[in-house]
Amino acid sequence: MSAAMTQASSQAMSHAATDKRCDVSVKDVEISFGRHVVLEKLSLDIAQSEFIVLLGPSGCGKSTLLNAISGLLDVNAGQIWIGGRNVTWEEPKDRGIAMVFQSYALYPRMSVRENMSFGLRVAGMPANEIQKRVADAATMLKITELLDRKPSQLSGGQRQRVAIGRALVRDAGVYLFDEPLSNLDAQLRAELRVEIKRLHQRLRATMIYVTHDQIEALTLADRIAVMKDRVIQQLDTPQKIYREPVNRFVASFVGSPAMNFMPGRVERGATGATFSLGDLSIPIQGYPFKSPGLTGAAVLGIRPEHVLSGAEAGPNAFNAQVEMAEPMGADTLVWCRTPSGASFSVRVDSGPSIAPGDTLPVSFPVGTLSLFEEGPDGRRL
Amino acid sequence: MVAMVEPTGPRPRPLTPARIGLYAFLFISALFFLVPLYVMIVTSLKTMPEIRLGNLLALPSAPSIEAWVKAWSSACTGLTCNGISVGFFNSVKILVPSVIVSIAVGSLTGYALSFWRVPVAGILFGALMTVAFVPYQIFIYPLVRIFASAGISNSLPAIVIIHTIFGLPTMTLLFRNYFASLPIELFKAARVDGAGFFRIFWSVMLPMATPMLIVAVILQVTGIWNDFILGLVFAGRENLPMTVQLNNIVNSTQGERTYNVDMAATLLTALVPLVVYFASGRWFVRGIAAGAVKG
Repeated sequence: MSAAMTQASSQAMSHAATDKRCDVSVKDVEISFGRHVVLEKLSLDIAQSEFIVLLGPSGCGKSTLLNAISGLLDVNAGQIWIGGRNVTWEEPKDRGIAMVFQSYALYPRMSVRENMSFGLRVAGMPANEIQKRVADAATMLKITELLDRKPSQLSGGQRQRVAIGRALVRDAGVYLFDEPLSNLDAQLRAELRVEIKRLHQRLRATMIYVTHDQIEALTLADRIAVMKDRVIQQLDTPQKIYREPVNRFVASFVGSPAMNFMPGRVERGATGATFSLGDLSIPIQGYPFKSPGLTGAAVLGIRPEHVLSGAEAGPNAFNAQVEMAEPMGADTLVWCRTPSGASFSVRVDSGPSIAPGDTLPVSFPVGTLSLFEEGPDGRRL
Repeated sequence: MVAMVEPTGPRPRPLTPARIGLYAFLFISALFFLVPLYVMIVTSLKTMPEIRLGNLLALPSAPSIEAWVKAWSSACTGLTCNGISVGFFNSVKILVPSVIVSIAVGSLTGYALSFWRVPVAGILFGALMTVAFVPYQIFIYPLVRIFASAGISNSLPAIVIIHTIFGLPTMTLLFRNYFASLPIELFKAARVDGAGFFRIFWSVMLPMATPMLIVAVILQVTGIWNDFILGLVFAGRENLPMTVQLNNIVNSTQGERTYNVDMAATLLTALVPLVVYFASGRWFVRGIAAGAVKG
């Protein structure tokens, strides 16, 4: 037992992050608080050096899952494996992980240096080794000149850098981020996002990142796990999640401005499959249906940036009534109605001005649209 | 005619009858507490013949600290006549260990109840709070018996243990609520950093609890210093605290009652809590407010 412990802690302390396995497996994990079930039979395999983002609205169980992986929360059933070891019953410090929290969680009465070295001092590491690691991490995060300050003397962005530094000195194989950028303003968020991505490329460590911000998910992740109601809805690359969402929830949660949804019918005629929106008939020949030959009620989903408009609209264009235009700098979001009255938005270049009341020729190219079952949670057809 | 004044700058605040009434009330309340203090101070500085004249509010014609010296070093408490200084040092002997031990235990239990998943934490805490409302007197006899059979009755350890026990509900509540208001992520971060139960308490939580520590010191110092019955019952004849000695001085005088000495002895006894309040009032308010915002 004690030999295993020594080995575990020496493993956590060994310096090169690349020479150890740090894949993470969550196997049939269940967590409940009293009667309230938070996670049910959840499984997730994360490869070594992978950057995985758990994305979902608040209350979907993503933070709970992260806490279970870190060992801060006991599981009611199932197993957690890190680096080929079953760590289900192990303390957080013995799992070879480091964690960054949303509220930074810096120890307020310690200086930045003391904050960063606390874990190493607890582990009884020699002072010169601690010194070296803190200096290295501080250089990497450009916080060397802040080392002797107290957390209260730092700005939000600096605090989160220190919190990342505190995780970095642990030299763990797996880094866990619990909404680390949610307390920062938009500009700092973008800045630190890049920093985290750079860190991942440099360390090649496994990173698990929880967020409700779909931009963060799309920019950072190797793979995104979109969660809702305790269940992983879709686990895939950002591209795939953006282009081929498995259901309406994923489609509407990922992407900004949000995807347009228009209810109608899938029909099959002489010219192939069409989607009828009132009097309008949109050709969808070539759409990769999961079950070929399907007809009936469905919902068409298309992102504003995928709607073709103006001269690009092509032969299948129809005229839409412009209701409102939202200029966003680089482009403009134009809100339109189909002849049958369905509302949708189109992203157009900011060039020619479009005013309410204009008509705009638009078309929905089959290559980028999605079809879903009826209902708010309809699956992809 | 209504003068139309262009509104500019601070809004005028006319002195309304309500406001006058408010100030009058505050002034009278202040007098209510200050007059007795004034009477005590001037009386303690008078000589007995001057006191006999009966001018309670008059300033002393020839102020003298004779009564203070007598009260401190030669007033009679029962059969011995060593003044109240004996009681003062007894009280200090009781106070210092009692304050330290009760705060140490209370902060630790408060920490354990707020951060760690103690299996029956709710029940434990509820029981502690319920017992806090049971009058002291009910515990006294059983505790006397327990201490007697343990062989530590009427001793310094006995009174220190007693003050620790009776301070536990308040101290636990105080610290539990304060720790509950701290972000739980701090605790999580410390656990990921590998710190255990005591390390987190000592290195992370206790340094953050400075305002609460000061409040706890104030509460315990004044509470324990002002205690009478517990000291009388548990401290033993050798360690009777200052309050008990004061009572002996005031009540055991034979012949003429020496009001000036009684007043001086009372003021001497009240000095410690007074100093504590004046020195730390700012912290006291801050600490209470910090605890009150959350939890």
